[in-house]
Amino acid sequence: MHRAKPGLYKLGNPTPDSPVFVTANYRLSFDELRTALPGIDGFILVLDTRGINVWCAAGKGTFGTEELASRITSSCLGDAVKHRRLILPQLGAPGVSAHEVRKRTGFLVEYGPVRAGDLPEYLKTRKATPDMRRVRFDLADRLILIPVDLVQVLLPTLGIAVAFLLIGGPLASIGAASAILAGVVLFPVLLPWLPTPNFSTKGFILGALVALPFVRAILMGAPASVWIHHGKILALWSRTGWAAVYLLAMSPVTAFVSLNFTGSTPFTSRTGVRSEIFTYVPLMAWILGAAAVLGVILSILG
Amino acid sequence: MTNAYATNTLRFDPKLCNNCGMCIEVCPHGVFAKNGRTVEMVRAEACMECGACQLNCPAGAIGVESGVGCAAAMIHAALTGRKEATCGGDTESSCCSGETSDKTEVPCC
Repeated sequence: MHRAKPGLYKLGNPTPDSPVFVTANYRLSFDELRTALPGIDGFILVLDTRGINVWCAAGKGTFGTEELASRITSSCLGDAVKHRRLILPQLGAPGVSAHEVRKRTGFLVEYGPVRAGDLPEYLKTRKATPDMRRVRFDLADRLILIPVDLVQVLLPTLGIAVAFLLIGGPLASIGAASAILAGVVLFPVLLPWLPTPNFSTKGFILGALVALPFVRAILMGAPASVWIHHGKILALWSRTGWAAVYLLAMSPVTAFVSLNFTGSTPFTSRTGVRSEIFTYVPLMAWILGAAAVLGVILSILG
Repeated sequence: MTNAYATNTLRFDPKLCNNCGMCIEVCPHGVFAKNGRTVEMVRAEACMECGACQLNCPAGAIGVESGVGCAAAMIHAALTGRKEATCGGDTESSCCSGETSDKTEVPCC
């Protein structure tokens, strides 16, 4: 069960002077808070965010002013503590208006650090360093996102690979799968090091790079076993055309998958992503379409 | 080729600012910093439009069109004609694979 029951919880042996921490009723949010505070006596006020984590819930508004205010009242927090201060995770701020909460409940919202792990340090001074207030997206943060995305694309990718195996042979099948998987697995890893500032263009570049071995294999006619059509190796002009098809088909696919990684990052603005979509998705479609047309022509001619 | 993230909808009016510094406390990307008697934007291009600053500015000095910078959500909304969804997944990062008890919520994916 991913949800904790909303309400007021004790941490250790709190007194009416002990600090009050606020979190979401998503199991991992609650557990991470508890385990970050060993040996601390306090209260944990768990909001009903329908089992969703703090930041996402804040964006939705469920980790919000309304829920916080009503939960303070329904849990009789005012009777449990003498002071009137709450420590909220910083990432709850998109949903909570601190001055509104103060007005409605008399409780002062203090935004603690982004990461629960910084809480012990924060509690010493009740002041966060700039670093504690900054969201990071390091390699480790990016790597842990890959398994979830991989699991989601596995079945569709398999289906696409099978389809391409039937219409184009093993190389086409591997090419299609590679283009998708490059976007899902390689892109998150290489994100900061790929040139250009936009996800789509980074993805185009990554896709082109991943296509290169295929282009090379086709142009060299090797390994011949995957490149024999109707018992003979294709002529150079035909292979050049097919190399172009692979490059033109794989690059936009990786670019599109890469663009979709924007939703997993903590730094892309809605305005920026919108701009990317309008600028590059049509381009992706056109290039993919050109690849398809070229492929059909080559199939007819060859 | 232009940087799609170079501009955003974040607007700050220093004339309304009361120097409380809440924006500095809540911003996850260090967009704001103190500058004498008011706050100033030092990294406006780093803004991800989460809306925390706008919501926590008691003086109304900040405006931003907040929303989720998620291509999948926007493309899905455009294709299905529904309003743009917000994140609601069970993990810190996944789009929307999480359960919702409110069946009227628009699913993200």
